[in-house]
Amino acid sequence: MDKFTTLEGVAAPLPLINIDTDMIIPKQFLKTIQRSGLGVNLFDEMRYKDDGSENPDFVLNKPAYREAKILIAGDNFGCGSSREHAPWAIADFGIRCIIAPSFADIFFNNSFKNGILPIALPQEEVDKLLEDAERGANATLTIDLEAQEIRGPDGGVIKFEVDPFRKHCLLNGLDDIGLTMEKAPSIDGFEEKAKLSQPWLFESAS
Amino acid sequence: MSTQPKTLYDKIWDAHVVDQAEDGTCLLYIDRHLVHEVTSPQAFEGLRMTGRKVRRPEATLATPDHNVPTTDRSVGIEDEMSRIQVEALRNNAHEFGIELFDVTDVRQGVVHIVGPEQGLTQPGMTIVCGDSHTATHGAFGALAHGIGTSEVEHVLATQTLIQKKSKNMKVEITGTLAPGVTAKDITLSVIGETGTAGGTGHVIEYCGSAIEGLSMEGRMTVCNMAIEGGARAGLIAPDEKTFEYLKGRPKAPKGAAWEMAASYWSSLKSDPGAHYDKVLTLKGEDIAPVVTWGTSPEDVLPITAVVPNPEDFADAGKRAAAKRSLEYMGLVPGTKLADIAIDTVFIGSCTNGRIEDLREVAKIMEGHKVKEGLRAMIVPGSGLVRAQAEEEGIADKLIEAGFEWRFAGCSMCLGMNPDQLKAGERCASTSNRNFEGRQGKGGRTHLLSPAMAAAAAITGRLTDVREMI
Repeated sequence: MDKFTTLEGVAAPLPLINIDTDMIIPKQFLKTIQRSGLGVNLFDEMRYKDDGSENPDFVLNKPAYREAKILIAGDNFGCGSSREHAPWAIADFGIRCIIAPSFADIFFNNSFKNGILPIALPQEEVDKLLEDAERGANATLTIDLEAQEIRGPDGGVIKFEVDPFRKHCLLNGLDDIGLTMEKAPSIDGFEEKAKLSQPWLFESAS
Repeated sequence: MSTQPKTLYDKIWDAHVVDQAEDGTCLLYIDRHLVHEVTSPQAFEGLRMTGRKVRRPEATLATPDHNVPTTDRSVGIEDEMSRIQVEALRNNAHEFGIELFDVTDVRQGVVHIVGPEQGLTQPGMTIVCGDSHTATHGAFGALAHGIGTSEVEHVLATQTLIQKKSKNMKVEITGTLAPGVTAKDITLSVIGETGTAGGTGHVIEYCGSAIEGLSMEGRMTVCNMAIEGGARAGLIAPDEKTFEYLKGRPKAPKGAAWEMAASYWSSLKSDPGAHYDKVLTLKGEDIAPVVTWGTSPEDVLPITAVVPNPEDFADAGKRAAAKRSLEYMGLVPGTKLADIAIDTVFIGSCTNGRIEDLREVAKIMEGHKVKEGLRAMIVPGSGLVRAQAEEEGIADKLIEAGFEWRFAGCSMCLGMNPDQLKAGERCASTSNRNFEGRQGKGGRTHLLSPAMAAAAAITGRLTDVREMI
């Protein structure tokens, strides 16, 4: 996984609540057996017209936001299906940080596994960032994960919270599975005990 | 030893902690893992690239469901991408030694219908699947939730998940349900109360006499949509009904193991005085048959209501969302919900594709036909549900009434296979999501119960099923 230390880039405003994973990446793109290549279909139904041409009104099609690295959105971002294709599409587009008042659990989790930092902030602060983001390419943000702060174009600083373990993994680009494999003796021990107390869980019928 | 009273969730959680870090991050043991074709190929590819194996293939079960056609299976899958994905599941299952219920196996079906049906889903277990509706299995008192593909790979390799404990939320439904009101109306009404983010960060325990009064099928419908309320998992304490349902199923414990398991299962209930971080109580008697009018499952109202006016929403975000929803849905504020004409009826999905749902539909359809010109489709949740409905004579009655009788799969719930709405088509659907484009680009979805879907099939509009019973 790519490390996430400091991210500097344009923030795109998408002020809708309940942006669901069907909106982020519609089902027709879930048939892939790869992780890459989904960026072109990110927000497909909002981003393209029926004839396949770009919808010029959609934020990521506007010249100022085509290279956006940060997305600012409304409440409950990423609700709906567990599809990891949603963060894959976001990362493939080039967005590495999403700021919203709240996130749906599974999406929130999936983001960290893909080097994306989701930041939850109070509505007033999100509103302020949305306003700044409307200024387009003139309004770049810097996300400093180590310091846990967002630095705005006018020198403003917003602090944010992040789970220490997830922060550690993002900063170092760590792979969860490798970390867990180091705990194999604990897993073995757990299974040995469970085989005695709940043997039916280990019988071959299952 | 702490003697603090525990919730059911606390108990299952505590019983599965392998390792706990100082910051509260836990390594949680996973008892069963269900796998389908859409969210697993990249996970298996990850294992291959790192030379890792599946730690407990015997605790893992795979079945294709999202992509499969619901018409004749013997001719294969026409769509090339879908076919490749289903083939990938087949190859991965064989390569890693995982049991597979393949497309032509009568046991194939929607993964959340298959698990309980096989007796794989048992009280006190932790169960995961790369699908958000894994919450369904909570109906048995199992801690079950959806995970992403990276976590699928993590569970395949280690049989564990890295997790932080959620908060406890109690949803109590007191009293009894009125005739015509079903489990689907409970679960939609709860989402209407809490909103789609109301359960975020929580595990919901559903309880109360109206929940106890539900069949196992009904309880699965309730827990299935915990995710639409933002909770990753829903739970219902196991009871005699749970044990009765499980006994004798292929993957349920047998003989002495059954006795031992049942004795443990009986201990799985919340202690008196256990703490809940959030509580919602609804009276069963107050719940009406409901339908959704918008593009979020929280946009739910009794069938006797009218389409709301966005201007009446106090919150600016909700006002904007409602405006966008009504535009997408092609609805005008003030229209009676019962006056909304539909052209499609979809009965199926992991929410409502079980035998009891089909019986309910058959009961309402008794002496009626699907209104002419309507496309009405029944997609049983599994090959075994389909076979049982055929054996009970339900299938013949429903075909006679004018329904298409399909093979099992997720089908029009998400339209990854050819079963999709066209732009502008309006569907009375027993599925779980009414998001924009969910059932097909431009398609319009009204979520409701199987009984309400049957009523709509008869009249060609959203209809109060209570007028028909």
